Parts: sequence; C-alpha cells; structure tokens
Amino acid sequence: MVAALGSMRSGLAPCNFETARLDTWVGQIPDDHLLPVRADLAAFDCRNHRLAQLCLMQDGFENAVLSARERYGSDRIGVFLGTSTSGILQTELAYRRRDPCSGALPADFLYATTQNIYSLAWFVQAYFGLDGPAAVVSTACSSSAKVFGNAARMIAAGLCDAAVVGGVDSLCLTTLYGFGSLGLLSAAPCRPFDANRNGISIGEGAGFILLEKARQGIAPNTVALLGVGESSDAYHMSSPHPEGLGARLAMQRALRSAELPADAIHYINLHGTGTRSNDDTEGKAVSALFGDRVACSSTKGWTGHTLGACGAIEAIISALAIEHGFLPGSAHTEVVDASLALHYLTATSAIAADIVMSNAFGFGGTNCSLVLGRRNR
Amino acid sequence: MKCFVEAAGVVAPGLAGWQKSRAILAGEVAYRFEEFAAPKLDVLPPVERRRTGLPAKLAITVGQDALLQSGRTVASLATVFASSDSDGELINEICKTLAGAERRISPTRFHNSVHNAAAGYWSIATGSHASSTSLCALDWSVAAGLVEAASQVAADREDVLLIAYDVPYPEPLLDARPVKYLFGAAFLLAHDRGGHSIAALEIKLKRGGEATRMHDPLLEELRRDNPAARALPLLAALANPPQGPIVIEYVAGNALEITATSC
Repeated sequence: MVAALGSMRSGLAPCNFETARLDTWVGQIPDDHLLPVRADLAAFDCRNHRLAQLCLMQDGFENAVLSARERYGSDRIGVFLGTSTSGILQTELAYRRRDPCSGALPADFLYATTQNIYSLAWFVQAYFGLDGPAAVVSTACSSSAKVFGNAARMIAAGLCDAAVVGGVDSLCLTTLYGFGSLGLLSAAPCRPFDANRNGISIGEGAGFILLEKARQGIAPNTVALLGVGESSDAYHMSSPHPEGLGARLAMQRALRSAELPADAIHYINLHGTGTRSNDDTEGKAVSALFGDRVACSSTKGWTGHTLGACGAIEAIISALAIEHGFLPGSAHTEVVDASLALHYLTATSAIAADIVMSNAFGFGGTNCSLVLGRRNR
Repeated sequence: MKCFVEAAGVVAPGLAGWQKSRAILAGEVAYRFEEFAAPKLDVLPPVERRRTGLPAKLAITVGQDALLQSGRTVASLATVFASSDSDGELINEICKTLAGAERRISPTRFHNSVHNAAAGYWSIATGSHASSTSLCALDWSVAAGLVEAASQVAADREDVLLIAYDVPYPEPLLDARPVKYLFGAAFLLAHDRGGHSIAALEIKLKRGGEATRMHDPLLEELRRDNPAARALPLLAALANPPQGPIVIEYVAGNALEITATSC
C-alpha cells in the first residue's frame, strides 16, 4: 500500500466483474487471489469472507490477534466490523438457480453464514476462536469508521480489553447496478475533487485493525485512536446535506472527543467519493472548520469506493501516513476544483504528520470522523 | 453495566403500543394475535412517506411509541437501531431483477436496501443530527443492541434510544430465513434516574445461559419466530418486575443477565 501510494499506482481498471455489463471502472481483487475459506469454516464460504480471509493473512495480523488472545483471553477480545452488503453476491447467484417449478432457492444456499450482515463478525470470531462481544455495523459507507467508536466504548465500559475492528465489502451486482441506477458511476476512473469529476468507481476491499486499551509495553510511537465523532444529516436518503452540516458536526465532535483544536490536525483523509455533490458538500464543511490551512486528499482514486470497508481502509492509510512520514496524493485528480477553498494534495509528498482525521459518510445521512495520531511527540 | 429505562415501546401482532400492551405483557390480560396494520407516519414529509418500506415504518412507529411515554423531544437523542436484516422484501425484489435479463433496479429500492434505511428516515422524520448506529447480530441483534446502547450510556454518559425491529421474510427467502411475524421494541435508556424512569437495569455478560421464555405459548411462539421479539422477556420484566434476573441470548454462546428493579 505504501509503495503504491508513493508511486501513484492506482488499482482501478475497466469493469469486468462477473456478468456485469456497465461502462465503469472498478477496484477488483483478481478472482484467483480469493481462495476458498479455511475448510473448518466452509459454511462461511463466499466472496466477502474470502476477501476477509485474504486480508486477515496479511502483515502479521493473525499473530497479533492470537497473542492478544493469549494476553487477554478469548472472551475479552471484541469483534466490531462494518459491511454494507456482506455476502449478498451469494444470494444473487442463488436466485439464478431457483427451482423452475417451485421457485425455491438451492439447498446449498446458506443465509445465516453468507448473506446475513452479522456473518462477517461470526466468521472472524470463528477464524480466531474468539467468543467476546461482537456486532456488525451496517450504515452504508460510514460502517467501518463507526466500529472504532463501538470498540472504544466497549473497552471503556470494561466489556473487553481489545477488539478486532475493520470492514469488508466485495463487488456484487446489487451495488454496481444500484449505483448505476442513481447515475453515480463514472465511465472513467473516479477523480475526487477534480473540477470535472463525474462519479464514483466502486472498489472491493478489506481492512482490519487490532485496537487495544492503553497499557504498559505498547511502543510509544504506536498510532492511537484519539477521537470519534458521529452525526446524522436529517436531510435525504442518498444526497448529502447541501451545506455539509452533518459532515461538519461529525468532524467537530471528533475534535471534541479527541480534546483537540482544529489547528492540531495535520492532514485529513477525505471521504471524497468523486461525485459532484459529495465532494462539494464535504469541501464546504472542511473549509468552514479548517479554512484552506490543512492538507487533505481523498485516496479513492487508488482503491475505488470500497463502501462499507472504506472507513477502515482509509484509517489504515492515515495510520501508514503517520508511521511512514508521507501525505497521500489523489490518483486521477488532474484539475482541483477551484470553487472549493482547500489545500488539496494531488501528488503524494514526503511530509510528516502526527495527527490526522479520516472522514467516512454514507447513505441515510450517516457521518463519522476519526482522529488518529501520536499525541506525545 | 447500569442504566435506567425511561420508556419502552412495542409494536407487533396483538401488541399495539406500550400502553395497550402493558397488561398483556404483565400477564394480567390474555394475549390475542391480531394482524398489524401499517401506520400512517404523519411525522414524515409526504414524499419520504411514500418511499419508506415496512422496516422503516415499523422502526419509526415503535420509536415514537417509546418517546410518547417519556415526554421527551428527540432533537439531541442518540439512537441505536438493531435488526437481524433490514428488508427481506427488497432483497427478494432486487435479487429477482438481477437474476433476469433486464437488470434495472429502482434508485429508491436501492437506497432503501441499506441496513441503516430506518435510521435515515428516523433522522429525517425527527430532524435529529444526533449520532446513530445501525447494527446486526443475527438472532442476537436485540442483545447486541442492548450492549451497545448501555455502553453508550456508560461511556458517554448519554441517553440513548434503542430500536429493535424485524419484518417477515417473503418466499423463497423464507425457507432460508424463517421469520413469519413482525416485531418492534424500543427502550429509552438513561444515565440518570428521572421523573419518568420505570426501572433500573443491571446488565451482566455471562458465558452460557438459557433464554428466559414467555409463559403465554403464543407470545413464546412470537419470541422464537422474530429476532427482535427476543426482547419480549425484557418488556415483560418492565411491565411486571420478576423475582430475579431475565436472560437474553447473546453472540458466541454468551448471554445477558438483566436485573430490572422498579423505580
């Protein structure tokens, strides 16, 4: 990820997913990377959990969770994950195999362990042998940002000592054709905050984070969750509030929760989907709170819009930026929209940031901002 | 975790609101199954009212039922929506369309298919900008919602409205997900005891434990049928506090042991 961000290498390509015939670009994981889930978890096998498993196997994450299990006990580690569509592709495929006479779904269709929203957390619990508190948050595109809040509250309330948080969303026909019906798919790679932006590119992706309560022995440089802010637009199901009211409230509440002033933020990873209205309203909200002082960018030009997974993935990008001392640019953005008074980064630059904000907003007017950083440097 | 219940709401076949249902839940009046009539929802603007599906209508109705008891305004009230799946009817329609040759999904159907559709319509109906979450834990969604709401009350010292709801599944999904009846329950949980408080709750997480059942066989059938109806023993405990705690099953072989004491 760090190498791709450094070399401005985007993961978007023309859509060639399943039987979809749509003039759009997607961020797709090659099918041959998505191997069947572990044999003992076969009931969970579907694209979403294959993608979850692929992600769990990266970067020493399994070992980190297993040693936390040793340290705290299997019932003291929570699992709070986000997804928007879970394994709905499995249901879409099952509908093609309905019994021609009775209309019945095939007997091998397993609703509870594939389609149901909760199946993601159930799969991850089973994968690691965890049996503590768990839930899946499904608030469209803010899902896996909000789970940081759930985990932080559970740890604060003493129900667990650590939590696996994150999000997974995989390509499916429901979202491709759904966003198509709303006229929100760009025929070119998405160009967040570009003057000529014209829609999103859908991506699939997963991100997992092991969140632990503060304790002795954690390296002082470890990136910490400093604040979470959540709000509702109370405006429209699929259009953001025109002045970005909900977005502004979420950012203000995240700052309040982190007990930090606006000028403590060094970089903002924007939600920045690349639609006219999202970038316009988010830009207004950022500008109202931060002026044009804070460097910001959207990283969806690399990954596409990973929907319920983008909160976790972009929190990870933000943490990587802090750890590796760079600020990510914005792939595919050529001419920054001058009507928005922002310090918008098009190229990745080697500038250090200690405290960053990451935004995620979703359908239904649901907003979440996270503050991550190293406080004592 | 400790909190106070300031109000409760219930909407289900034969349980038309907390006031009408209290005596039934307390075991003083016999339960009778009656079909649920979808409410008019005057709280939503006409355009949004036409667009809302049954899950959002149910969630808003039962949330309003709880608020009615509390005399509260909702502008600043945080919400937790718990549902085992949002809208089986919509999933059925969308999957049927996608399995056909013409893959044209209606934009309204698509945005209503998100799990947080009810929360979105709630915030439009009430004008609330407060924080809100929508979660799922399959058959343990009510318990997960209670844990989440109570932890918000404890960690943020905030009052939270929990709305749990689930609607029936259509064929052919019904075979894979047998939910036949609709059920909605709402609990306004408060950090401090107030003039409207009806009970103090103590919620403990424990390993194992069998769920408390309903005495009435029809209510017990409802409890087993609909994931949101797993809230029935808690509603009954609020209507008529029992000796000792009630148990609601939670994820991964855990259970919530809840002690309700009248205020």
